[in-house]
Amino acid sequence: MTIVVGFEGSANKIGVGIIQDGKVLSNPRRTYITPPGQGFMPSDTARHHRSCILDVLQEALEEAKIKPQDVDCVAYTKGPGMGAPLLSVAIVARTVAQLWKKPLLGVNHCIGHIEMGRLITGAENPSVLYVSGGNTQVIAYSERCYRIFGETIDIAVGNCLDRFARVLKISNDPSPGYNIEQMAKKGKKFVELPYTVKGMDVSFSGILSYIEDMSHKMLSSGECTPEDLCFSLQETLFSMLVEITERAMAHCGSQEVLIVGGVGCNVRLQEMMGVMCQERGAKLFATDERFCIDNGAMIAQAGWEMFRSGQVTNLQDSWITQRYRTDEVEVTWRD
Amino acid sequence: MEGDAESRSRLRTRAFLDGLSLMKQGAEARVYRGRFLGKAAVVKERFPKAYRHPALDGKLTHRRTAQEVRSIVRCRKAGISAPVVYFVDYVTNCIYLEDIEESTTVRDHIISMQQCGKEASNLCALADKIGQVLARMHDEDVIHGDLTTSNMLLRPPCDDHNLVLIDFGLSFISALPEDKGVDLYVLEKAFLSTHPNTEEIFRALLQSYSSNSKKSGPVIKKLDEVRLRGRKRSMVG
Repeated sequence: MTIVVGFEGSANKIGVGIIQDGKVLSNPRRTYITPPGQGFMPSDTARHHRSCILDVLQEALEEAKIKPQDVDCVAYTKGPGMGAPLLSVAIVARTVAQLWKKPLLGVNHCIGHIEMGRLITGAENPSVLYVSGGNTQVIAYSERCYRIFGETIDIAVGNCLDRFARVLKISNDPSPGYNIEQMAKKGKKFVELPYTVKGMDVSFSGILSYIEDMSHKMLSSGECTPEDLCFSLQETLFSMLVEITERAMAHCGSQEVLIVGGVGCNVRLQEMMGVMCQERGAKLFATDERFCIDNGAMIAQAGWEMFRSGQVTNLQDSWITQRYRTDEVEVTWRD
Repeated sequence: MEGDAESRSRLRTRAFLDGLSLMKQGAEARVYRGRFLGKAAVVKERFPKAYRHPALDGKLTHRRTAQEVRSIVRCRKAGISAPVVYFVDYVTNCIYLEDIEESTTVRDHIISMQQCGKEASNLCALADKIGQVLARMHDEDVIHGDLTTSNMLLRPPCDDHNLVLIDFGLSFISALPEDKGVDLYVLEKAFLSTHPNTEEIFRALLQSYSSNSKKSGPVIKKLDEVRLRGRKRSMVG
């Protein structure tokens, strides 16, 4: 029996999750929400995390009904992410690990998403579409490495959505992506936007500048509604994502898809991916906002796998890094 | 009247395709194998993608069918080996192409060479050949758009390294070093992720590209730039 506590705070979510042998004992989380039209700045986000991390930890322990001495390992996000929030959370993880005299484990955030997705859905060896505010990658496993087959050449898909939300002053509560999704349901007219796929890679920055540029003109002339723009943007971005996922599947001969990351809980994206899978006799695995959006349990789960395969991070190596690619990690827990 | 003719043509194509054997379902098309006017042929059918908005789907499908044919013809004119185009049907978005009989994909070839532990030197010779062909293609300003080892065939016998490029659906014409650099970058990632531990072979490919292309200097410089952009990507989780 192995119990791992995971600390996650690489972006605007702060979460502490506790995993016991494939079971989520608790997974509380808080989100730093900024006013409409604004993104979250690293220093303010770090301040938010510092102010509530101990409450979240307390809540996690109480809900899981465990005491610090029951814990076997303390996992935290080593990167990638924003420096200041990562650092604040790492300091707390280091401190409790020393107080409780437990081993530490630095975890790659992207690997956390993948392992959590595999645990929750039971997908065996899927092609993974990892889509969030900071990452857009199509990943498949081979020879002890999660290899990146396709990814964005510039900004992440979630970043494109978030920044579009700022242009239209769409609320950030609970998240800009969620509000765009709801508005898109009422959209009727399809506005043609640039469509940029390069093999298994995608590019979003051109679409963003185009829509930033034309949206006010089109809205003030009454040519389309904000809902139409949300709808058209989602349809275009998600078509690109489904296309590169399908291309990677055809290339790797894969028959399973797993969607993870914050954008992954968008139901329209899941629906489109489902249609694609059906067309080629493949199987889709997806989860809801509890596990798609950044959370502590995903770090605990990846940490659990790493810890069981014999890894620990020494105190002097327990640093953080803003840049940490998915394919840099040696996957010691899979064949 | 015109609508009638179109739907009759659709039915005829459907009936013809149903008589062929389905070879595989790629990312955007079904590929059938059979005979067309007595010749061994493959038919690439870009069927409507139900997950895409119909307006977007119609536009993409038509554009890609046209672009694929255009680039194949342009390559063949320049002496770069690509399948012969027999016939194009824009109503059903089908392309009828020469079947490269008994061919192997470069992907399968590399995998089988690696499995039987053959010398890296043989693969380096293949990499050399790939570099040569891509250099010539880029000198013609054809950007393939989806370079992977699955999209390169070897005519039998494989060891002759008689390379045929296929799948030009994402291709376009451009003289910009940026576009050529990205084209190579796409290949590099697909190559290294599909075939672990082949960094050296890929280096040989790029070297051969550089020495065979007249305009490789700025392209390789752009490739280095695009790679750096790549590292930044994993910044925020």
